[in-house]
Amino acid sequence: MNRSDFLSKKISACGLLVALAMIFSYIETLIPINAGLPGMKLGIANLVVVAALYLFGPPEALLISLVRILLVGFLFGSGMSILYSLAGGLVSFLAMVLLKRTQKFSIVGASLFGGAMHNVGQLLVAAAVVENAKIFYYLPPLLCVGCVTGILVGLLALRILPTGQKIMRNAGTL
Amino acid sequence: MKRNDCILAAAIFLFAGLLSVMFFLSGNEQGNYVTVTVDKKVYGTYPLDETQDIEILTEFGHNNLHVENGTVCMTEADCPDGYCKRQGEISTEKETIVCLPHKLVVEIQGAKPNGGRTEEQTDGQTGEDYDILVK
Repeated sequence: MNRSDFLSKKISACGLLVALAMIFSYIETLIPINAGLPGMKLGIANLVVVAALYLFGPPEALLISLVRILLVGFLFGSGMSILYSLAGGLVSFLAMVLLKRTQKFSIVGASLFGGAMHNVGQLLVAAAVVENAKIFYYLPPLLCVGCVTGILVGLLALRILPTGQKIMRNAGTL
Repeated sequence: MKRNDCILAAAIFLFAGLLSVMFFLSGNEQGNYVTVTVDKKVYGTYPLDETQDIEILTEFGHNNLHVENGTVCMTEADCPDGYCKRQGEISTEKETIVCLPHKLVVEIQGAKPNGGRTEEQTDGQTGEDYDILVK
Protein backbone atom coordinates (compact mmCIF):
# COMPACT_ATOMS: atom_id res chain seq x y z
CA MET A 1 0.00 0.00 0.00
CA ASN A 2 1.49 3.34 -0.99
CA ARG A 3 1.50 6.49 1.05
CA SER A 4 -1.36 8.31 -0.65
CA ASP A 5 -3.56 5.22 -0.24
CA PHE A 6 -2.72 5.12 3.43
CA LEU A 7 -3.41 8.83 3.80
CA SER A 8 -6.81 8.69 2.16
CA LYS A 9 -7.77 5.74 4.34
CA LYS A 10 -6.60 7.62 7.39
CA ILE A 11 -8.58 10.69 6.37
CA SER A 12 -11.77 8.70 5.92
CA ALA A 13 -11.21 6.98 9.25
CA CYS A 14 -10.83 10.38 10.93
CA GLY A 15 -13.97 11.57 9.15
CA LEU A 16 -15.89 8.60 10.53
CA LEU A 17 -14.62 9.33 14.02
CA VAL A 18 -15.63 13.00 13.70
CA ALA A 19 -19.12 11.87 12.70
CA LEU A 20 -19.23 9.54 15.70
CA ALA A 21 -18.07 12.30 18.03
CA MET A 22 -20.76 14.60 16.62
CA ILE A 23 -23.43 11.98 17.29
CA PHE A 24 -22.13 11.66 20.85
CA SER A 25 -22.29 15.44 21.24
CA TYR A 26 -25.88 15.37 20.08
CA ILE A 27 -26.80 12.49 22.42
CA GLU A 28 -25.19 14.46 25.22
CA THR A 29 -27.58 17.36 24.69
CA LEU A 30 -30.45 14.91 25.20
CA ILE A 31 -29.17 13.82 28.62
CA PRO A 32 -29.54 16.74 31.01
CA ILE A 33 -27.30 15.73 33.89
CA ASN A 34 -26.10 19.16 34.89
CA ALA A 35 -27.06 20.72 38.19
CA GLY A 36 -26.72 24.22 36.84
CA LEU A 37 -22.98 24.32 36.84
CA PRO A 38 -21.59 25.81 33.66
CA GLY A 39 -19.43 23.29 31.84
CA MET A 40 -20.86 20.24 33.52
CA LYS A 41 -21.57 17.43 31.10
CA LEU A 42 -20.95 13.76 30.47
CA GLY A 43 -18.17 14.30 27.96
CA ILE A 44 -18.94 11.17 25.94
CA ALA A 45 -17.73 12.95 22.81
CA ASN A 46 -14.34 12.87 24.50
CA LEU A 47 -14.47 9.08 24.21
CA VAL A 48 -13.70 9.44 20.51
CA VAL A 49 -10.86 11.89 21.14
CA VAL A 50 -9.31 9.70 23.84
CA ALA A 51 -9.61 6.62 21.65
CA ALA A 52 -8.12 8.46 18.66
CA LEU A 53 -5.24 9.65 20.83
CA TYR A 54 -4.35 6.06 21.72
CA LEU A 55 -5.22 4.60 18.29
CA PHE A 56 -3.42 7.10 16.09
CA GLY A 57 -1.69 9.84 18.06
CA PRO A 58 -1.92 13.48 19.08
CA PRO A 59 -2.25 15.10 15.61
CA GLU A 60 -5.23 12.99 14.56
CA ALA A 61 -6.88 13.32 17.97
CA LEU A 62 -6.44 17.10 17.93
CA LEU A 63 -7.86 17.32 14.40
CA ILE A 64 -10.90 15.23 15.33
CA SER A 65 -11.47 17.26 18.48
CA LEU A 66 -11.24 20.63 16.72
CA VAL A 67 -13.39 19.65 13.74
CA ARG A 68 -16.03 18.21 16.06
CA ILE A 69 -16.13 21.34 18.24
CA LEU A 70 -16.41 23.67 15.25
CA LEU A 71 -19.06 21.61 13.46
CA VAL A 72 -21.15 21.00 16.57
CA GLY A 73 -20.74 24.65 17.55
CA PHE A 74 -21.95 25.92 14.18
CA LEU A 75 -24.80 23.40 14.06
CA PHE A 76 -26.22 23.62 17.56
CA GLY A 77 -24.36 26.37 19.40
CA SER A 78 -23.41 29.99 19.19
CA GLY A 79 -20.16 31.91 18.95
CA MET A 80 -19.68 31.93 22.69
CA SER A 81 -20.42 28.24 23.14
CA ILE A 82 -17.72 27.45 20.56
CA LEU A 83 -15.27 29.53 22.58
CA TYR A 84 -16.05 27.61 25.78
CA SER A 85 -15.87 24.24 24.05
CA LEU A 86 -12.64 25.21 22.35
CA ALA A 87 -11.04 26.24 25.63
CA GLY A 88 -12.21 23.09 27.37
CA GLY A 89 -11.28 20.88 24.43
CA LEU A 90 -7.78 22.29 24.00
CA VAL A 91 -6.89 22.29 27.70
CA SER A 92 -8.19 18.74 28.09
CA PHE A 93 -6.35 17.64 24.95
CA LEU A 94 -3.05 19.07 26.18
CA ALA A 95 -3.58 17.46 29.58
CA MET A 96 -4.20 14.06 28.00
CA VAL A 97 -1.21 14.29 25.65
CA LEU A 98 1.08 15.25 28.53
CA LEU A 99 -0.16 12.38 30.65
CA LYS A 100 0.15 9.89 27.81
CA ARG A 101 3.72 11.04 27.20
CA THR A 102 4.79 10.23 30.75
CA GLN A 103 3.73 6.61 30.05
CA LYS A 104 2.99 6.25 33.75
CA PHE A 105 -0.77 6.33 33.33
CA SER A 106 -3.30 4.24 31.43
CA ILE A 107 -5.99 5.56 29.12
CA VAL A 108 -8.26 5.89 32.17
CA GLY A 109 -5.80 8.23 33.88
CA ALA A 110 -5.48 10.34 30.74
CA SER A 111 -9.25 10.52 30.37
CA LEU A 112 -9.96 11.49 33.96
CA PHE A 113 -7.26 14.16 33.95
CA GLY A 114 -8.61 15.43 30.63
CA GLY A 115 -12.12 15.54 32.05
CA ALA A 116 -11.05 17.55 35.08
CA MET A 117 -8.92 19.92 32.99
CA HIS A 118 -11.74 20.40 30.48
CA ASN A 119 -13.76 22.03 33.23
CA VAL A 120 -10.79 24.11 34.39
CA GLY A 121 -10.41 25.46 30.84
CA GLN A 122 -14.08 26.35 30.57
CA LEU A 123 -14.07 28.00 33.96
CA LEU A 124 -11.05 30.13 32.97
CA VAL A 125 -12.87 31.41 29.89
CA ALA A 126 -16.02 32.02 31.89
CA ALA A 127 -14.07 33.97 34.51
CA ALA A 128 -12.45 36.03 31.74
CA VAL A 129 -15.79 36.73 30.04
CA VAL A 130 -17.57 38.01 33.14
CA GLU A 131 -14.35 39.24 34.81
CA ASN A 132 -15.42 37.88 38.14
CA ALA A 133 -13.13 35.67 40.21
CA LYS A 134 -16.02 34.44 42.37
CA ILE A 135 -16.76 32.00 39.59
CA PHE A 136 -13.86 29.89 40.86
CA TYR A 137 -16.02 28.78 43.77
CA TYR A 138 -17.42 26.37 41.19
CA LEU A 139 -13.99 24.78 40.75
CA PRO A 140 -14.17 22.02 43.41
CA PRO A 141 -17.47 20.48 42.26
CA LEU A 142 -16.47 20.85 38.60
CA LEU A 143 -13.14 19.11 39.22
CA CYS A 144 -14.91 16.20 40.90
CA VAL A 145 -17.56 15.91 38.20
CA GLY A 146 -14.94 16.09 35.44
CA CYS A 147 -12.92 13.41 37.20
CA VAL A 148 -15.88 11.04 37.60
CA THR A 149 -17.13 11.43 34.01
CA GLY A 150 -13.53 11.14 32.86
CA ILE A 151 -13.14 7.81 34.65
CA LEU A 152 -16.36 6.50 33.06
CA VAL A 153 -15.24 7.61 29.61
CA GLY A 154 -11.78 6.19 30.24
CA LEU A 155 -13.14 2.78 31.27
CA LEU A 156 -15.28 2.72 28.12
CA ALA A 157 -12.26 3.69 26.03
CA LEU A 158 -10.25 0.91 27.67
CA ARG A 159 -12.94 -1.58 26.62
CA ILE A 160 -13.30 -0.40 23.02
CA LEU A 161 -9.62 0.25 22.29
CA PRO A 162 -8.72 -3.38 21.34
CA THR A 163 -11.75 -3.58 19.01
CA GLY A 164 -10.90 -0.21 17.54
CA GLN A 165 -7.34 -1.30 16.92
CA LYS A 166 -8.57 -4.47 15.19
CA ILE A 167 -10.97 -2.54 12.96
CA MET A 168 -8.40 0.09 12.05
CA ARG A 169 -5.77 -2.56 11.33
CA ASN A 170 -8.16 -4.46 9.07
CA ALA A 171 -9.00 -1.25 7.27
CA GLY A 172 -5.29 -0.57 6.82
CA THR A 173 -5.23 2.72 8.69
CA LEU A 174 -2.84 1.72 11.45
CA MET B 1 -6.15 0.79 34.77
CA LYS B 2 -2.93 1.43 36.58
CA ARG B 3 -2.21 2.29 40.18
CA ASN B 4 -1.10 5.76 39.09
CA ASP B 5 -4.57 6.42 37.67
CA CYS B 6 -6.08 5.84 41.10
CA ILE B 7 -3.48 8.08 42.71
CA LEU B 8 -4.22 10.82 40.19
CA ALA B 9 -7.97 10.54 40.76
CA ALA B 10 -7.47 10.57 44.52
CA ALA B 11 -5.19 13.62 44.20
CA ILE B 12 -7.80 15.53 42.19
CA PHE B 13 -10.55 14.67 44.69
CA LEU B 14 -8.28 15.62 47.58
CA PHE B 15 -7.41 18.94 45.91
CA ALA B 16 -11.08 19.66 45.28
CA GLY B 17 -11.87 18.73 48.87
CA LEU B 18 -9.17 20.98 50.27
CA LEU B 19 -10.36 23.86 48.07
CA SER B 20 -13.93 23.39 49.29
CA VAL B 21 -12.78 23.39 52.92
CA MET B 22 -10.73 26.52 52.25
CA PHE B 23 -13.70 28.25 50.64
CA PHE B 24 -15.91 27.13 53.49
CA LEU B 25 -13.55 28.35 56.19
CA SER B 26 -13.05 31.71 54.49
CA GLY B 27 -16.39 32.82 55.90
CA ASN B 28 -20.05 32.36 55.22
CA GLU B 29 -21.43 35.79 55.96
CA GLN B 30 -24.99 36.45 55.01
CA GLY B 31 -25.12 39.44 52.69
CA ASN B 32 -27.40 42.45 52.71
CA TYR B 33 -27.39 43.42 49.07
CA VAL B 34 -27.54 41.65 45.76
CA THR B 35 -25.59 43.09 42.85
CA VAL B 36 -26.36 42.24 39.25
CA THR B 37 -23.52 42.70 36.77
CA VAL B 38 -24.05 42.47 33.03
CA ASP B 39 -21.06 42.44 30.71
CA LYS B 40 -18.73 43.71 33.50
CA LYS B 41 -20.96 46.72 34.23
CA VAL B 42 -23.12 46.95 37.35
CA TYR B 43 -26.76 46.68 36.31
CA GLY B 44 -28.16 47.32 39.74
CA THR B 45 -27.90 46.73 43.48
CA TYR B 46 -30.93 45.70 45.48
CA PRO B 47 -31.52 45.13 49.21
CA LEU B 48 -31.99 41.52 50.24
CA ASP B 49 -34.51 42.18 53.00
CA GLU B 50 -37.28 43.17 50.62
CA THR B 51 -39.32 40.57 48.81
CA GLN B 52 -39.13 41.57 45.19
CA ASP B 53 -38.80 40.40 41.63
CA ILE B 54 -36.02 41.98 39.62
CA GLU B 55 -36.41 42.02 35.89
CA ILE B 56 -33.19 42.26 33.93
CA LEU B 57 -33.58 43.24 30.31
CA THR B 58 -30.36 43.66 28.37
CA GLU B 59 -29.09 43.38 24.84
CA PHE B 60 -28.22 39.76 25.64
CA GLY B 61 -31.67 38.73 26.80
CA HIS B 62 -34.09 38.60 29.65
CA ASN B 63 -33.66 37.26 33.20
CA ASN B 64 -35.86 37.42 36.24
CA LEU B 65 -34.57 37.29 39.81
CA HIS B 66 -36.64 36.64 42.89
CA VAL B 67 -35.54 38.01 46.26
CA GLU B 68 -37.14 36.70 49.43
CA ASN B 69 -35.99 36.23 53.05
CA GLY B 70 -32.41 37.21 52.25
CA THR B 71 -32.04 34.69 49.42
CA VAL B 72 -31.95 35.22 45.69
CA CYS B 73 -32.80 32.82 42.91
CA MET B 74 -33.13 33.04 39.16
CA THR B 75 -36.73 32.32 38.27
CA GLU B 76 -36.77 33.08 34.58
CA ALA B 77 -34.21 33.31 31.82
CA ASP B 78 -34.39 33.04 28.06
CA CYS B 79 -30.78 31.91 27.67
CA PRO B 80 -30.26 28.79 25.55
CA ASP B 81 -28.86 26.55 28.27
CA GLY B 82 -30.96 27.61 31.26
CA TYR B 83 -28.17 26.67 33.68
CA CYS B 84 -28.70 29.84 35.71
CA LYS B 85 -32.21 28.76 36.70
CA ARG B 86 -30.83 25.53 38.12
CA GLN B 87 -28.18 27.15 40.31
CA GLY B 88 -30.66 27.44 43.15
CA GLU B 89 -30.87 29.98 45.92
CA ILE B 90 -27.94 32.02 47.11
CA SER B 91 -27.60 34.02 50.31
CA THR B 92 -23.95 34.19 51.38
CA GLU B 93 -21.29 36.61 50.22
CA LYS B 94 -19.30 34.24 48.06
CA GLU B 95 -22.17 32.61 46.26
CA THR B 96 -23.03 33.65 42.74
CA ILE B 97 -25.55 32.88 40.06
CA VAL B 98 -23.96 33.02 36.64
CA CYS B 99 -25.76 33.20 33.33
CA LEU B 100 -22.90 32.92 30.88
CA PRO B 101 -24.82 33.42 27.62
CA HIS B 102 -26.13 36.72 29.00
CA LYS B 103 -22.76 37.63 30.59
CA LEU B 104 -24.67 38.09 33.79
CA VAL B 105 -23.39 37.60 37.33
CA VAL B 106 -25.54 37.86 40.42
CA GLU B 107 -23.55 38.24 43.61
CA ILE B 108 -24.30 38.92 47.25
CA GLN B 109 -22.61 41.74 49.06
CA GLY B 110 -22.42 42.70 52.72
CA ALA B 111 -22.42 46.44 52.33
CA LYS B 112 -23.85 48.54 49.55
CA PRO B 113 -21.06 48.47 46.98
CA ASN B 114 -21.40 52.02 45.74
CA GLY B 115 -17.88 53.33 45.21
CA GLY B 116 -18.75 56.99 44.75
CA ARG B 117 -20.95 57.26 47.79
CA THR B 118 -18.52 55.58 50.18
CA GLU B 119 -15.78 57.90 49.04
CA GLU B 120 -17.97 60.92 49.71
CA GLN B 121 -18.77 59.60 53.15
CA THR B 122 -15.14 59.10 54.08
CA ASP B 123 -14.31 62.52 52.68
CA GLY B 124 -17.00 64.01 54.85
CA GLN B 125 -15.68 62.20 57.88
CA THR B 126 -12.11 63.34 57.38
CA GLY B 127 -13.43 66.85 56.89
CA GLU B 128 -15.21 66.68 60.21
CA ASP B 129 -12.14 65.32 61.92
CA TYR B 130 -10.24 68.25 60.54
CA ASP B 131 -12.83 70.66 61.90
CA ILE B 132 -12.58 69.14 65.32
CA LEU B 133 -8.82 69.37 65.20
CA VAL B 134 -8.99 73.06 64.29
CA LYS B 135 -11.37 73.73 67.14
